[in-house]
Amino acid sequence: MKLSGPMGTLSILSLLAVQSVADAQGTFDRSKPPELGPPPQVSLPPITTRQLPNGLKLMIVEQHELPLADFVLLVGSGSTADPASKPGIANLVSAMLREGTTTRKSLEIADQIAFLGIRLSPTSSWESSTLSLHTPTAQLDSALALFADVALHPSFPANEFERVRKTQLTELLQLRDQGAAIASIAFPAIIYGSAHPYGAPAQGTEASVKALTTGDLQSYYQANFRPNNATLIVVGDVTPVQVEQKINALFGGWQRAEIPQINYSEPPKSGTTTIYLIDKPGAAQSSFRIGAVGVPRSTQDYFALTVMNTILGGSFSSRLNQNLRETRGYTYGAGSRFDMRRSAGPFLASAEIVTAKSDSALLEFMKELNGIRQLVPPAELSRAKRYLQLQLPGNFETTQQIAAALVPVALYGLPLDYYNNYVQSIEGVTQADVARVAQQYINPGSLAVVIVGDRKTIEAGLKATNIGPIAIRDISGQPIQ
Amino acid sequence: MKKRTLLVPLCYLIVAMLIGAGAAGAQATPRIQFEKYSLPNGLEVILHEDHSTPIVAVDTWYHVGSGDEQLGRTGFAHLFEHIMFMGSQNVPVGAFDQMLEAAGANNNGSTTEDRTNYYETLPSNALQLALWLDADRMGFLLPTMDLPKVNLQRDVVKNERRQRVDNQPYGRADEIILAALYPKSHPYSWPVIGSMADLSAASLADVQNFFKTYYAPNNATLTIAGDFDPATVKKMVAQYFGTIPRGPQVKRRTTVPAVVIPRDTFLVLEDKVQLPRLFYTWHSVKGFSPDDAALDILAQVLAGDKNSRLYKKLVYELQIAQNVSAFQDGSRLDGKFQIDVTPKPGQQVAGIDRIVQAEIGNLISNGIMPRELQRAQNVYKASFLNRLASVLGKAEVLNSYNYFVGNPDFVQQDAARYERVTAADVQRMAKTYLGRPKIVLTVVPEGKKEMMLTASGGGR
Repeated sequence: MKLSGPMGTLSILSLLAVQSVADAQGTFDRSKPPELGPPPQVSLPPITTRQLPNGLKLMIVEQHELPLADFVLLVGSGSTADPASKPGIANLVSAMLREGTTTRKSLEIADQIAFLGIRLSPTSSWESSTLSLHTPTAQLDSALALFADVALHPSFPANEFERVRKTQLTELLQLRDQGAAIASIAFPAIIYGSAHPYGAPAQGTEASVKALTTGDLQSYYQANFRPNNATLIVVGDVTPVQVEQKINALFGGWQRAEIPQINYSEPPKSGTTTIYLIDKPGAAQSSFRIGAVGVPRSTQDYFALTVMNTILGGSFSSRLNQNLRETRGYTYGAGSRFDMRRSAGPFLASAEIVTAKSDSALLEFMKELNGIRQLVPPAELSRAKRYLQLQLPGNFETTQQIAAALVPVALYGLPLDYYNNYVQSIEGVTQADVARVAQQYINPGSLAVVIVGDRKTIEAGLKATNIGPIAIRDISGQPIQ
Repeated sequence: MKKRTLLVPLCYLIVAMLIGAGAAGAQATPRIQFEKYSLPNGLEVILHEDHSTPIVAVDTWYHVGSGDEQLGRTGFAHLFEHIMFMGSQNVPVGAFDQMLEAAGANNNGSTTEDRTNYYETLPSNALQLALWLDADRMGFLLPTMDLPKVNLQRDVVKNERRQRVDNQPYGRADEIILAALYPKSHPYSWPVIGSMADLSAASLADVQNFFKTYYAPNNATLTIAGDFDPATVKKMVAQYFGTIPRGPQVKRRTTVPAVVIPRDTFLVLEDKVQLPRLFYTWHSVKGFSPDDAALDILAQVLAGDKNSRLYKKLVYELQIAQNVSAFQDGSRLDGKFQIDVTPKPGQQVAGIDRIVQAEIGNLISNGIMPRELQRAQNVYKASFLNRLASVLGKAEVLNSYNYFVGNPDFVQQDAARYERVTAADVQRMAKTYLGRPKIVLTVVPEGKKEMMLTASGGGR
């Protein structure tokens, strides 16, 4: 197949081909895949940047296909800014933004969102909080006024907080129903320990959420929601001049302040590979999270790791998915990723595995985690690189996609021409690079294998794999006495 | 990570695209320009040009879904969808995804009660690859099909069922409701995913027969949307698809058995859940029928946002429910209207039911305010604009209208359906449909059957 040509091929722009469209009547040979023409020239939209005097950064991309625009206010603080003794604050601050401002009540805000036909939603993550607005340009001014009010003047009303707190407590209760959700909380708690910001439960615990006050939320908001800690990403049917003028008017009075620093302690050293088993009686599937501490976003090995991970578990034809799903039928899907953050986030491989095959699946996971450390065949490497390079324009089609692509640029201070250099950066990754980063960052001898499943059914088989000792944990990842 | 998905009904297609934009006001919903024609072998082709991004979406709809299955072989249409990715005469197994990835493409498929779709989005130069692959499996799937391939995807689909249903809190509610709402011979009485037993029973002969019956150019619509040259594409389509032989005339069902629910029916299902959940289901109408849009609006008014009748009362004011949702599910042949409520810990379902019935009763007696109608209509209007943002979105819209109303050029008429709904219509919907006997399922924690709802204020 011409496209997965030899490594010596030059950049994608010089991929061969002659596009031949044979006459329907002519000699048409269906048995061969078509030769494709060169991929289209990728021209990603230019990014205009501005900064207001108070430190708020603007990143603006024009896209005039439809009369729509997306505004993403990205604040550089998330759940890692929760005080260690009070997990869950950032998550609740986010949840409370639409519950009232100094001039609007909760129901009024909800009424306006629906009436205007916009989307206005907050999210909270490890190291950032966002408030996103998606609006038709016909409603731009009304939408922006509401957006700014919610972002800048939340009032954290006590009565609304009581309701939101109860909702959050019920959600924590219901997490016990979901093996995958349990695994996602227990896994980081186990590999980072509860002293590290990445090991804390971002949604809080029953105890911590019960103890929070609106004062806690206010303090967090005042400390972290500052213009010098924020970027506003704007994509759509607008112009930079228009945006700067409107945002200046709405956000210009936002006061800057020093942002508290977060100290990331050293994560605990991984011990030898251990199976952490969390009982979920009667579960039809076992939720697997296998991994260890990974790398920060600033790693020099970003592109090599991206290519390596695509091969291991980052695409449908990746090794993990092909093995566990398309060869053995143990799962509906398996994958892996490096979650790269300001500090080293986790590497993890995951899948929901049919209970009866939990032991067999573990052996296959380990086989692939070992196997990726060997040189990958050139064709497989090439295919992964092309997948990453050639899908790039498709990731810049809609205003929402473009805004999402700019988030890491803002959050990690990537160069503005990051995506324009992406194809070349991927091209530069070699077979040797992939092997090196696999060996450096995936250590099969020191992994945490977290499995949430029916202990009665699976424990003996897991033990018999001899992958590691079994430690029984509770749903928070803590040892059971 | 890609999956072969079950997509549930038409209403979810609309709701999934509903991301809120577009507003009240004179702004008309833009039409989607297209060209439609048919090949001699019956394949319908719809082309929409959009040169704003150098990508193309190829989206093939086969006019077959779970509603065409037989009892004893439920889940087969979706299983077959999986099998369509397992290689064909000129495409070795595994090569389908590998080739597409190497060309920078993403692909997937989905199955509903009414249709099965297969789509790729790719850089514009790779269009020919998608056409070659899709034509090969449309015309020449069987020569390389064997039992091991069927067995493998059977296992994958069983895992999909585990992940979406058996290992999912409240996952089995849907199939219980469908079996109670619809008579046994009704094509919507079983879920798209099917049962484990029926999945186990599927044979290679079934695969061959299904292919021969349904997977033919005369039972498919190929929509291409994006950055292409129409003259070139027409030649390619003719080349790759033109020589695929026409299949037998497909006799599609046009009627369904009558749905008769003489009185409220109360069911219980035990599950591994912390909290019970109430599911109310009424028989309603099929998609695009006269009341369908008004029922969509009713669902928004009842549970679409914080100010909606049920959410505001149950979740916001009384705080006795964790969440509430409502939707009109209008499919090709029939439809249902559903309200789901999760009580907060310690709340009795009877208390929830009293409020739900009181709110419905209030709406029936006193109607709705103009603002409520306006909000719901504006949300729908926004969704029509949002669907146009991606070439795949537009391809799906064209295919959907073509299939369900016989005309791809239906965006503005569809938007008009919602604009025409009046407050009186919404009131009438509640009276007509929510006044009918209903199916009430309570999913309860294991060992807690006594938590089930056994009587309801609103029904007969």
